[in-house]
This record gives sequence, structure tokens and C-alpha cells, in this order.
Amino acid sequence: MTNAIGELEKDATAIFLIGTNTTENHPVIGYKIRKNVRENGAKLIVADPREIELAKMADVYMQFRPGTDVALLNGMMNVIINEGLLDKEFVETRTEAYEAFAQVVEKYTPEYVSPITGVAAEDIRKAARIYAEAERASICYAMGLTQHSTGTDNVKSCCNLALLTGNLGKPGTGVNPLRGQNNVQGACDMGALPVVFTAYQGVGIEANREKFEKAWGVKLSGQNGLTLTAAINKAHHGELKALLVLGENPMVSDPDLDHVEDALDNLEFLMVQDIFLTETAQRADVVFPGVTFAEKEGTFTNTERRVQRVRKAISNRGDARQDYEILCELSTRLGYPMSYSSPEEIFEEIRTLTPSYAGITYQRLEGKGLHWPCPTEDHPGTPILHKEKFNRGLGLFHAIEFREAAELPDAEYPLILSTGRSLFHYHTGTMTRRAVALDLHQPENEIQVNPATAAKLGIIDGEMARVVTRRGNIELKARLTDIVKENVIFTFFHFSEAAANVLTNASVLDPVAGIPEYKVSAARLEKIS
Amino acid sequence: MAEEIRILLAHADQIDPAQAEDYIKVGGYKGLEKARGMTSKDLIEEVKKSGLRGRGGAGFNAGMKWSFVPPAEVKYVVCNLDEGEPGTYKDRIICEKNAQALIEGMAICGVAINAQQGYIYCRGEYPFVVDLLRKAIQSAKDVGALGDFDIEVRMGAGAYVCGEETALIESIEGHRGEPRFKPPFPGVAGLWGVPTVVNNVETFACLPYILTNGADCFASIGAPKYPGTKVLTLTGDVNNPTYFEVPTNYILSDVVYKLGGGVKNGRKFKAVQVGGTSGAFIPEQNLNTPIDFDSMSAIGAALGSGAVLVMDETRDIVDIVTRISKFFEHESCGKCNPCREGTFRCREIMEKINSGRATEADIDNLLLLARVMKRAALCGLGQAAPVPITSTIEHFGHEYRRKLLQYA
Amino acid sequence: MIKLTIDGKEIEVARGTMLLDACRQAGADIPTLCYDPDLRLAGSCRMCVVDVKGRPALVASCVAPAENGMVVQTESDDVVESRKIILELLAARHKFECPTCEKDGECKLQDYMYRYGVKESRYDGEGPHFGMEDPNPFIERDYDKCIMCTRCVRACDGITGAQAINVKDRGHHAKIAAPFDGKLADSTCVFCGQCIMVCPVGALSSKVAAGQGKPAQNKKVLTTCTYCGTGCTLELNVNNDRVVGVTSNRDENWSPVNKGALCVKGRFGWDFIHSPDRLTTPMIRENGGLRPASWDEALDFAAGKIKEIKEKYGPDSLAMFSSARVTNEENYLAQKLMRAVIGTNNVDHCARL
Ligand SMILES: Cc1cc2nc3c(=O)[nH]c(=O)nc-3n(C[C@H](O)[C@H](O)[C@H](O)COP(=O)(O)O)c2cc1C
Ligand code: SF4
Ligand code: SF4
Ligand code: SF4
Ligand code: SF4
Ligand code: FES
Repeated sequence: MTNAIGELEKDATAIFLIGTNTTENHPVIGYKIRKNVRENGAKLIVADPREIELAKMADVYMQFRPGTDVALLNGMMNVIINEGLLDKEFVETRTEAYEAFAQVVEKYTPEYVSPITGVAAEDIRKAARIYAEAERASICYAMGLTQHSTGTDNVKSCCNLALLTGNLGKPGTGVNPLRGQNNVQGACDMGALPVVFTAYQGVGIEANREKFEKAWGVKLSGQNGLTLTAAINKAHHGELKALLVLGENPMVSDPDLDHVEDALDNLEFLMVQDIFLTETAQRADVVFPGVTFAEKEGTFTNTERRVQRVRKAISNRGDARQDYEILCELSTRLGYPMSYSSPEEIFEEIRTLTPSYAGITYQRLEGKGLHWPCPTEDHPGTPILHKEKFNRGLGLFHAIEFREAAELPDAEYPLILSTGRSLFHYHTGTMTRRAVALDLHQPENEIQVNPATAAKLGIIDGEMARVVTRRGNIELKARLTDIVKENVIFTFFHFSEAAANVLTNASVLDPVAGIPEYKVSAARLEKIS
Repeated sequence: MAEEIRILLAHADQIDPAQAEDYIKVGGYKGLEKARGMTSKDLIEEVKKSGLRGRGGAGFNAGMKWSFVPPAEVKYVVCNLDEGEPGTYKDRIICEKNAQALIEGMAICGVAINAQQGYIYCRGEYPFVVDLLRKAIQSAKDVGALGDFDIEVRMGAGAYVCGEETALIESIEGHRGEPRFKPPFPGVAGLWGVPTVVNNVETFACLPYILTNGADCFASIGAPKYPGTKVLTLTGDVNNPTYFEVPTNYILSDVVYKLGGGVKNGRKFKAVQVGGTSGAFIPEQNLNTPIDFDSMSAIGAALGSGAVLVMDETRDIVDIVTRISKFFEHESCGKCNPCREGTFRCREIMEKINSGRATEADIDNLLLLARVMKRAALCGLGQAAPVPITSTIEHFGHEYRRKLLQYA
Repeated sequence: MIKLTIDGKEIEVARGTMLLDACRQAGADIPTLCYDPDLRLAGSCRMCVVDVKGRPALVASCVAPAENGMVVQTESDDVVESRKIILELLAARHKFECPTCEKDGECKLQDYMYRYGVKESRYDGEGPHFGMEDPNPFIERDYDKCIMCTRCVRACDGITGAQAINVKDRGHHAKIAAPFDGKLADSTCVFCGQCIMVCPVGALSSKVAAGQGKPAQNKKVLTTCTYCGTGCTLELNVNNDRVVGVTSNRDENWSPVNKGALCVKGRFGWDFIHSPDRLTTPMIRENGGLRPASWDEALDFAAGKIKEIKEKYGPDSLAMFSSARVTNEENYLAQKLMRAVIGTNNVDHCARL
């Protein structure tokens, strides 16, 4: 997030949610948004293919066709430009490449966009006006925006919108991705990415490599590594031979599970370090028992870039070991001795190599934590980014044309299948399915279907129905609900026994981010006779 | 009935209260006209000077209440026609006989505090009054009497506590009818959080007279500190149980013996309860008291809504008070501890006494509980609920003791 | 600034200060049951009453603004008498199960009864019994312990915004309920447990934590939630080296993101920690199955395999999936292992999934 979570409760006078079911997926952030709307009269704009809970209290709700985010956002920006609602001063002094962008947006009038997105032109206008006229407007998005073959374009369009109206660098504004898992932000910051070291220092840049080579005392590769989805594909082709998995479960979380299964079976060596014998671990050649958050010291970095402490509450279970110790042991046995007396010692090393974390110490994290960038020990941290200038100097507009999703409905697969999360479960369910109360409350997956669609197929509420895509099919309990439109069906991905990712598409990824298109697969629903 | 003074009910049954024209013919809406010609400050001063005090029970100076209203964009005038007190129907009578005076009074208040919208919160059991008022308001609007002032009639939820002004406001807002703590008083933050004047029907209905005849004229009627007239509703063991409008310095015994024609069936007088269910029981020796607010307070009673319930010598005080305690147990909204639990235990102990299972210690417990309720309950209901108990233990203690175990 | 005298002590406070805060500033310990600084005021329990000179009734200090020149007594005979009677009234309908109550030791009713020496209640009649059970797996509501402070109602509305529960019925029959006395699961309840967090007594408790440790026995360890990216701070309750519950710290200085508020996963989803499925020993694949192995054996086996593959196919034939659920320190080591030790940039995690 460019801004801090607390600003959504107090500072923002308008909030635009796109592709985030905040009350279910980031519940505590959802509380804050609701409070701001109810108690301070903040305006709320919701754009989501499902009529999520917050849509009910929104000033404008736009139920758009999945995959048409760019068209919708361009439509809003068209209105803002044509009605002169843009922040001219901001655009002039703090941005560049406006002209090319404006040219592209010109044809996206609400009337043009309306048939593409399925949103009434008037609603697009209203949303644009609310967002642009607000004193401080914040955009929040989550996987609903990013899990598309056009995910990067979608995100850039949100940035365009914020740049156009000067909604950046001030309290209550910003472009705010709500990250799904507790430490996605931290994993990225720490360089658990194929192209960067810590703090997004590119591996392709000589100087960066030199710095790390010096610190680590070895020669480093400058060649970009494989993304997770690319790695699976390579394994499928037999080019990748060994995979080390640390607390991940690609056998449930990745798209097109048959494909994943074949890929893993193709490996010569699969190592899994986890707390449970996950679907992935069951296929491993060696499994190391790690520990849960309750058994470890360390830090997590949340979605607002706040680094916070994790504190050990109980000792290791059984013969399990601290995850960092396992990695150290392995490294040592591979001829590179690693030994740290504590996670804090690792953190001290991180600081020396990670400019944005340089000023953070465990001691300073006591209490409220710190927002990175925090370059020096006397720096108070940075809850709001881009205050005076952007990282690159001027904010860059991107001219983005709308592209359709990779897989569109057709006669054979007439529906759009989207996947997502439930309030009661988390990711692949490894933990929540073993949390007795959560699993008791929501023990099984479901497919959300509009009653009209169900009626056409003769499917009644609670009946098992078959969902079919080009990848495969699964049987799910039908839940009739009008929160989805007639052409959309929706299911959760937490349930390995009814895994949604049997259905999803692994062949098309966002070209930049490599994100699979979880939110749009062409699908068919069948009655099981 | 020579001793009645009729101000509010002067034209009772002579005009159609639904028709503004009828009312205008007898001099109606002159007060409003006069009010419109005054500055808001002068108007409030005039009402203050009249000495008009709230007729809903608390007896607060009306002009004073209005003067606390701070400037705001939106303000409301609310009329309390909840009239939930058993045995009280004076507000209904005022509406049925002279609805236009109420409407005019509310409009005058609107001029004084600069509000454009009024609400009448009408007791749920009075649907016919709601109809009448709606017609009357329409008629007043049709003849142009109200100007840009508008009044909406809301039907109450049927709970006694909704007559308490803040509970009434909660109820209009669509919430549970539960009192709010004060301050802030409604005058500062009332309906939907904006300044709101809440007055009783009778209070509003006095205003046209005050404006038309002048504050001094009104102030000269009745008791100097609580001037004007008061509509009383007389019930119980009297020969003539009906309503009257009397000057406020009228003596209680005259209410019973002159207006009421004395105790029914030639029986002897035992007690009178003034002010409704939460009123004190007044014994014979205190009957010589004027009915005005302060004189009543002085003998530990309250004029309240102006209900007067007479009980003859055959009445069982403890039994009556037990039934009253049931009423309060039933009507407690349940918000605050002293009242929710206290009314429940009062009823429990009263039943114990009434059925001869109690001891002197129970009476002590009752008095202790009453003291805490009076001092610590959140709203007037809980504070006043023990009054019938304490006043009867004081004046009719022997009737209690007769029922205790050790004397049985 | 205004001046007032509290228990003989003259103090100065800013205009608009509530009397309760003024009293506390003057060092008076005012008991409160319904008051909660983060919630809409109720002013309903009347435990915080104080004596203000010249006022006929006692004043509930939590809802009364301090006024210039007030002379206040916080423990006058009247005040103490009222508080005692209020406690006795509450005690009369309360089911005292302190020995087995989840709140034992941290219960305001207990504390105040002790403080005011209320050993028993003079009201010995019947109390209300609602005897309702909600079949949800998260929240236990014991009506016989409820003191009707409505904090749960106000937290549900004011913190979570769910508006799932409210006071139903009146007087002594009043109780906290979901709409139409229905099940919580059929209401707008999201099982965040904020109601449990604010309940001053043992009327609300966690079914997941039930019977595993009382507040006084539990050590509380402040940490960060393991689920979504919001990063809420929570307290793991530890008893005998086991996590036996989750509570939260409402101090913004310790719980900066959420101020104690949690969601259902954070508050009730912790028992996987002690799931019998937890892996407790390394395992090696043999004859198509996994068998337990010693650490040395498993680590040597893994290192051997990795070396072999690296030598045979080059470092880029290996990849690692690190995790968005492990710590920064572990992620750092994971990428360091791949980059510095194995020699490839093939490291990624599920940021996008
Ligand atoms: C339990 C309770 C019930 C009340 N019921 C009524 C009522 O029915 N009608 C009324 O006018 N005032 C009632 N009041 C008094 C109101 O709260 C308020 O004081 C009154 O409406 C103010 O109007 P006034 O100043 O004109 O008397 C009641 C008060 C309490 C505590
Ligand atoms: S005194 Fe009684 S009626 Fe008034 S708020 Fe308390 S419980 Fe409700
Ligand atoms: S709520 Fe308090 S007083 Fe009641 S049983 Fe539990 S610990 Fe005891
Ligand atoms: S359940 Fe707890 S918080 Fe809710 S009203 Fe009862 S005592 Fe108060
Ligand atoms: S408590 Fe809920 S909202 Fe907070 S971090 Fe955990 S999962 Fe996210
Ligand atoms: S704490 Fe003040 S009334 Fe409850």
C-alpha cells in the first residue's frame, strides 16, 4: 500500500474498492472502511463482479463483467478528463506522459464502456465524480484486480486514476493493494522473487550483485530466475529437476492442478519443509517438519509495509526444528556454512543489505512496528509513500488499451468462473481446515450460482452440480445467490478435496507479473442426474 | 363547575378541532401571527415572562428551555403526545377539543427557535387522534396558517417509557425506545442529533393564549410560580370522575370534594394519588394543598400529568401498590441496572408483603432499594417508580405492618 | 480549562473532559461496568455514580461532562450504598460458577464485589432464565452470567460494524439476542469475537479456548496474526507450553493496526497449532511411501540430492518456492540459499496466488 490502513478509517473522504471483498478477505480493514462510511460519511464506490457485502452500503456499486477492469477504469478517467475534474496542478508538476495516456482514454466514453463492462453509463459517471471530487480519495484493490492475464494493466490503470486526480502522497489517498497473506509483502521485500534481491534490488544490475557478492562471499548469477508458474511449466517439460518448497502448497494453490501434479511427478527431487503433510508434501522425497508462527521469533511485514514482530510463545513440537535452522543446516551441508544464533542476527544482516530496512531494529519494533522505507535508525518510518516525489521522480502515466481476458465464454463454456477466498478459510486450508471451529462452520466448498442460471439447468439450492472447464471438472454444492450475475459463477479455492484449481487456466499468465487468470475461466455448469 | 377556568378548553365542543377556519373564527392563529412579528429573542422572552412551565411532568420553564437551543441549520419541534400514564387522558382531550391550539403552539415554537419541521409523537392507543391531527394539520396548511412550518404525526410504540423525551426521540428515529443519558439535552442534541425542543401537548396549547393575551395576563392566573390552568383527569372512587380545567392554585381537596362531588357510595376518603402511577399517595391530612408543582413537591408529591386517582376507605393500599410495582416492572425498559433489577425486586418484595410472607427486614430492604433507585436510575421512570412505595410506607405504614409475618 | 474539587483535591481539566476522566485524573478509582473508552457511551450500569454537591441525584460520571466549580465525592456513603446495592442486584440474578468460569480472576463483577465486600445478595428471589444455546462453534453466551452492560452490542456495531446483536425485550426480560431470537449464523454476525473481547464478565467466552486455562494462569505473548496481510496484533495465551487461546491487546501502542479487533480466523483459528496432524519428525521417501528419519539422515539425503542434481544439470535446474507465510528472516535465508549456495535466481513464492 502507498498509504497506511488507519487512514481508511479516518482520513479518506472517498474510498474506491475494486476487486477486493474487503470484509471477507481483510476483515479488520473492512471494519475500518465501514466505520468511516457510517460514522464520518465517507463516500464508497464498489466495483466487483459479485455484489459483496460492502456493495450494499456503497454510494455507487458497479457490477462489471469479470476481466473488463481496464475498460471500466478508462471510462471513469474519460469522465474525469472531459468534465475537467482532474487535478491539473498535480498532473503538470508531478507526472509525465499524460498526453499519450489522455489520447488512449479519449475513446472510452461511458457510452462506449457501458456495453463492454455491463455497467450503466450513469454509474460510471457518478463513480468518477465521487472519486475525483473527494478531498482525499483512496483506491484499494486485491486479487480481484490482479489475478487476470491483464493484471498489470489493471494495476497501472488504478495508478493512472490516482495520478490524474492527485490522490497520492497525502493521508487518506493512495493506491492500496490489500495483500492476501500475512507476509507476502515481506517475502517480496526479502527478495523471494526471481529477479530481485532484498528491497527490489535487481539481480541483473552489476552493482547490486557486487554488493551481495561482497556480503555473501560468493559469485552470483545475474540471470533472472523462474517465476513459480514458469518453474512448474519447466518441471512439466522436464527442464527443472529439483524443487525445494518452504511452506507452500502448489498442489492446491496453483492453477490447473492436473498440470501441477504431472510437473511435480516429473521432478527428480522434491523437498518440502512444512508444518503439515500437505498435498504437496505427500509427493516429496524428503519432508522437514518446521514450526508455526507460535513457535518462532521473527518479523512479518503487513500490507501497509509495517514491519512487526512475531514472538515465540511455545517450544518446537516434537522433533520439529526452527525453519531458519533447517535452512542453515542444509546450507552448511551444501558447503556454505551458515549459523545464526537467532532470527535477530539474521535481521541484522538483512539491514545491512536492505536500504529500506536499514533503520529497523528489533528494539525499535517493540510496540507499533515501523513502516519501511526506514533508512536510518533515527528515521520514523514512512506510512505514506510518494509525498514529495515518486521513486522515479515524476509519476508516469501509462496509456493502456482494454484487452479481453484470455478465455472468453462461448457456446460450449457459456459461463465465467471466478475463484476467491472465504472469511472462514485461508489459502489452501492447511491451517484453517485443521482449526476445528472454522472447519465445523464451513466444512465444504460451494459454487455460487445465480438462481436464474440454476433454474435453467434445473439445479436446486444445496444440490451437487458439476463445474466443467477445458482443464477438468469438479462437483460442488450449488448455492443459489443473486450476489453473482447470471453469467458468472464463483467458488473458493481453500478446499483440496474440491479444488477449484482443477478448473483454472495455467496457460495464460499476466505477461509482466506472471499471475494466473484465476478470476476468469470459461466454464459450464451441469446438473448431475 | 363555576370554579373551572377554561383557557385551553374554552371552545370545547363549540368548534370542529379539525377545521382551522372554525378555530380562526374564535380568534385562533392570532398568537402565531403576533409571534411572527417578533424577533426570536423577544418571543422567547415573552414566553419566559409568562412563567409557563412544562405540563408533561418535570415543570421546566418553557421559554427557558427554548433559550438553550443553539444555532443550527436544522432543528425540530417535537410534541409529546405519548400520554402513557394510566388514568391520564388530558392530552387526548385537548386534541379532541382544541387540536388547532396545539398546532398553533408548535408553530409558535418553530418561530421562536427557527425550526421548520415539527413532529407529534402520538400514543399508539390513540389512532383516532392521529387521524384527527392529520386532518387538522392539513386544514391549517390549507388556510395558509402554518406558512413554511410542517408537522408530521408519528404513531408511538406503546411503551410507557417512550413518553420520556429522549426515549421518544429514539423511537421516532426508529430505535428501541430507551432513554438516553442527559446531557446532552434534546435542546442541544435531540432528534437525529440536532437541537430539538420537546414539549407536552398542554404546554404547546397554552402558547396561543399567552401570545394573544400577553404574558402578564397568563402569569396572573393561578399559582404565581406555576401560572396558568391545568387540565386534570379525575378517576377512582368519586361521584364525578371526569376532566376539568382549573387554575393552578386550586386546592386538592376541592378537586375531590367540589369538582369530584366527593367519595362515591358515601364511603370515607382514604388516599389520593396525584400525577399518575409514579405519583405519591396523599393522605387526608395533606389534602389542603394547592395542586401547583411546587406545593405538591413540598408534600413529597408531584403534579405530574395531572391525573388524580381517589381511593376510598375500602381500598387495600398494599395491594394497590403491589399492582403498581408490577406495572413498573413491566414498563422498565431494562437499560439501567437500578431500574431493571430494582423494579423487579420491588415487585418481588411487594408481593411477598402482600401475601403475608414478609418481615420488617423486607420493608427496610424496600426502602433501601427505593433510595438507590431514586438516586441512581438513569431516567425518570426508575427514579420515580419507588415513590408510591415510599409514600405509602410513610403514610400508610400500618397497612404494611398488618400484613407482615410476625403480626399475622 | 476548568477547575473542580474531587475528594477534596482541586484539579484542573480541559473543558469537555468527562467527569470520569477528571476523577481518575484526581486519583479516584471509579468502578465501571458499561463504560468502554472505544465504544459509544451507554451510561447504563450506574456503577460509576459519584456525589456532586448540590445535585439531588447521583451523577453517572462516565456520561457527565466535568463542570467548573463542581465539588465531587467519589466514595460518599450514598455512592458506596448505591454501588453495593447495584452489585447485589446483579448478583441476585447471576449464576456464580467462578471456579469453572473462563473469566475467573479477570472478572469485573468479582473484582467489584470483592472491593465493596458484597458477599451475598439480599435479594433472594428468582432471576430470569433464558437458557438459550446458540449452535455456533465459536462464541459461548451464558445468559445467566450476563450483566446487561451492552458492551457486546456496542462493539458489534461500533468496532466490527456487523450490527448482528441487540437488546431484545424489555425490563427484566431484556437480553442480548440476534434478530428474532435467531441463530447467530443466520444473522449478520461474522464471528469476529469482538463481543468476547469487551465483555467485562464471563458471559461471553470462546468455545475453542474453553476449559484450557484461566486468565491468571495463562501467559500472554503478543505476536502478529498468521493469516491475512492486514497484520493484526494478537495475544497467544499460553499455558503449560501450549497455546490455549487468543486474546487481543486494545492498546494502540501495542496493537497498532487493529487496536484489539480481530476477525474469526485470528481469534478462533489458532488450534491447528496443536493439531495431531502436525509434522514432528523428518521423513524420507522409501518404496513409494514416506518413513520417519533422523535429522542427520534427512538433511544428508537432501543435501546429497541437491548436490547431485546441481552437478549433473546445473544450478538453474533447481528452484525454490519460498512462502508468504514464513518470516522475513526465513525468506531472506531461503533466497540466500538459492542465490549464494546453489547459484540460481530460481526463487519465488505465492505472492500472486
Ligand atoms: C417515564 C416517563 C414518562 C413520561 N411520559 C410523558 C408523557 O407521556 N407525556 C409527556 O408530555 N411527558 C412525559 N414525560 C416527560 C418528558 O420526558 C418531558 O419532560 C416532557 O415531554 C417535556 O415537556 P414539557 O416541558 O412540556 O413538560 C415522561 C417522563 C418520564 C420519565
Ligand atoms: S430508569 Fe428504567 S426506564 Fe429509565 S433507563 Fe433505566 S431501566 Fe430504562
Ligand atoms: S462471570 Fe465473573 S462472577 Fe460470574 S461466574 Fe464468571 S468469574 Fe464468577
Ligand atoms: S454478554 Fe457481556 S458484554 Fe454483553 S451485555 Fe452481557 S455482560 Fe455485557
Ligand atoms: S485477525 Fe483476521 S484481519 Fe487480522 S490479520 Fe488475522 S486474518 Fe487478517
Ligand atoms: S460506567 Fe458509567 S454508567 Fe456504566
